Amino acid sequence: MKTVRDIAFARSGDKGNRATLSVIARDPADYPVLARTLSAERVQAWYRDSVRGAVERYPLPHLGAVHFVMHEALAGGVTRSLALDAHGKSLSSAILDLPLEEH
Amino acid sequence: MPRMKAFRIGSGAGYSGDRIDPARDLAERGALDVLVFECLAERTIALAQLRRSQDPRGGYDPLLEERMRAVLPACVRQGTRIVTNMGAAHPLAAGQAVLRVARELGLPRLRVAVVLGDDVLPWMQTHDVPLLDSHETVRSLDGRLVSANAYLGADALMPALQSGADVVITGRVADPALFLAPLMQHFGWAADDWSRLGQGIVIGHLLECAAQVSGGYIADPGQVDVPALEEVGFPLAEVAPDGTAVITKLPGTGGRVDRLTCTAQLLYELEDPQRYLQPDVVADFSHVQLREAGPDRVQVQGASGMARPEQLKVTLGYRDGFIGEGQISYAGPGARARGELALNILQHRLQCLGLGELEQRAELIGVNALHGPRLGADREPYEVRVRLAVRAATRTQAERVGQEVEALYLNGPAGGGGVTQSVRDVVAAASALIPRSAVTPACQVLEL
Repeated sequence: MKTVRDIAFARSGDKGNRATLSVIARDPADYPVLARTLSAERVQAWYRDSVRGAVERYPLPHLGAVHFVMHEALAGGVTRSLALDAHGKSLSSAILDLPLEEH
Repeated sequence: MPRMKAFRIGSGAGYSGDRIDPARDLAERGALDVLVFECLAERTIALAQLRRSQDPRGGYDPLLEERMRAVLPACVRQGTRIVTNMGAAHPLAAGQAVLRVARELGLPRLRVAVVLGDDVLPWMQTHDVPLLDSHETVRSLDGRLVSANAYLGADALMPALQSGADVVITGRVADPALFLAPLMQHFGWAADDWSRLGQGIVIGHLLECAAQVSGGYIADPGQVDVPALEEVGFPLAEVAPDGTAVITKLPGTGGRVDRLTCTAQLLYELEDPQRYLQPDVVADFSHVQLREAGPDRVQVQGASGMARPEQLKVTLGYRDGFIGEGQISYAGPGARARGELALNILQHRLQCLGLGELEQRAELIGVNALHGPRLGADREPYEVRVRLAVRAATRTQAERVGQEVEALYLNGPAGGGGVTQSVRDVVAAASALIPRSAVTPACQVLEL
C-alpha cells in the first residue's frame, strides 16, 4: 500500500496553540492524488490524539501542496506546553504514514 | 536604459543559536549588499529581559559579539550592511557592544543605528486589552508580566537605514521586515505599494529561517536526499527592482535550493496564505510562483498585498510557574511493560505527595510521547524512555518530580537506567494588539 511518504514531503510549524502542516508533492504531477488523500476530515482523524480543535485546509495546486492549520494542537502553546516536542515539529512525520487514495 | 543591478541580500541566522560559519562565508564570498541576522523567537525577549534585570549591560543576543567578530571585517571591507534584531531586550547595549568589537578589530570607523520603541511594557501595565486566543485580558497577568514588545515594521527601520549606518540593531521587529526594509530603502518602494511590499515580505519569509530554505530540515534519506548537509550553506536573494527575486546559495556549499525547499519554507508557519498579517502590509502568498531557474536557483514572483493592519501585535512574556521533569530508560525484552509499570508507580507516588491534581504528562518516549497512543501502536520498540513532566506552582514541588523518577533506580522495575531530571522556570508568551498611536519608534546613531 502506498502512503503519503511515497510522493510527498511534509513540514510542520507553530503559531501560538496552532500547528501548521504543509504537505508538498515531490513531483507536482502527483498533486491530484495528494489532494484527494488529504481531506480536512481525514487529516483531523489522523491527528485526533494531538489536535483538539478544527482543521482548516488550503489547497495550493500551483505549488503542488496542500496546507493545513490545526487548532488547539500544541497543548496550550510552545512556551508553556509540557510536551516533549512543544513546537509540534515532529507532527509532520505522522502524516507520511497515511495511505494514499489513488482512485 | 541600463538595467538596475540586482540587490543581493543574505540570511546570516535563522534563530538565536544558529551556526556562524555559514554567515561568515556569506559575508566573505556573497558580494552582498545586506546581511540580515534574524535571532528572536517568541519568548527570546522575555528571557533576555530577565538577563537584563540581572546585568544592566546585558539583555541582548549572547552570540552578538561572536557573530560580529566573524562578519564585520568582510562586511566593512565590502560595504555590506548588517541588519539584525539581536538587540533583543536591550538594543542600545547591543549597539555599544558592536562598537567595542569594532574597536577590538581595529576598524577605522563604524556607524551603528539602534532602533528603539518596541518595548511597550509601561503601556500594557496601564491599559487593559484582550489577550489573543484567550478569554482573558492583560490584567490576568498582573504581577507576572516580564516583557511586552510590539512587532515594529520596516517603517521603523527607515531612519536607521537612511542614516547611512553600517549596522542596524533592533529589538522586536516582524522577522520579514528586517529584509523588507533594506529593499524598500534601496529601490524606493512606497510604504503603500502593497504589491511590492507583499513581494518583499515573501523574500523575507523565504530567507528568515536561513538554512531551512537551502536544504536544512528537509532530508529524509531515500526519499529526500540533500548533498553535503553537514556543510549546508545559508541562502541569499538576488532581488530585481520590481521585487521578483532568485533564491540561491553560494557555490561550493552543501544543501539544495529548489522548488521543494522553497515551497516548504514558503508555507512554514503560514496560516491563511491570502492573509499573512505583517505590520507593513497584509501579504497575499496565494498566487506565489516558484520556478527553478538553474542549479540551486529558484525564481519567486507573484506575491501581492493589501493595506496594512490598523493595530500592531505585541508579544507579552510572563512568569508561569515551574515545570519539573524526570526521565528513565528501559531496554530489551519487556521494556515497554516495565516502562508502563514505572509510570503506574509514578502516578501513585504523585497522588501520595498531593501532586496528583497538577497538570502532567506521563508517557513513554519511543511509544507515545510525540503523537499520542494510537499512531504507531502496532510497533514494538526495543527501548523506551519514561517521561514524567508536571506543572507546579513552586520550585520545591517541581523538584519532587525528578526525585521520584530517580527513586525508580532502587524502588522501581528492573533495569532502569540513565535518569535525568530538571526544573524549568517557565516564561510563557501571550499576544495582544496595540494601537499604532501607542508605539513610537525611534533611532539612535552611535559612532566609533
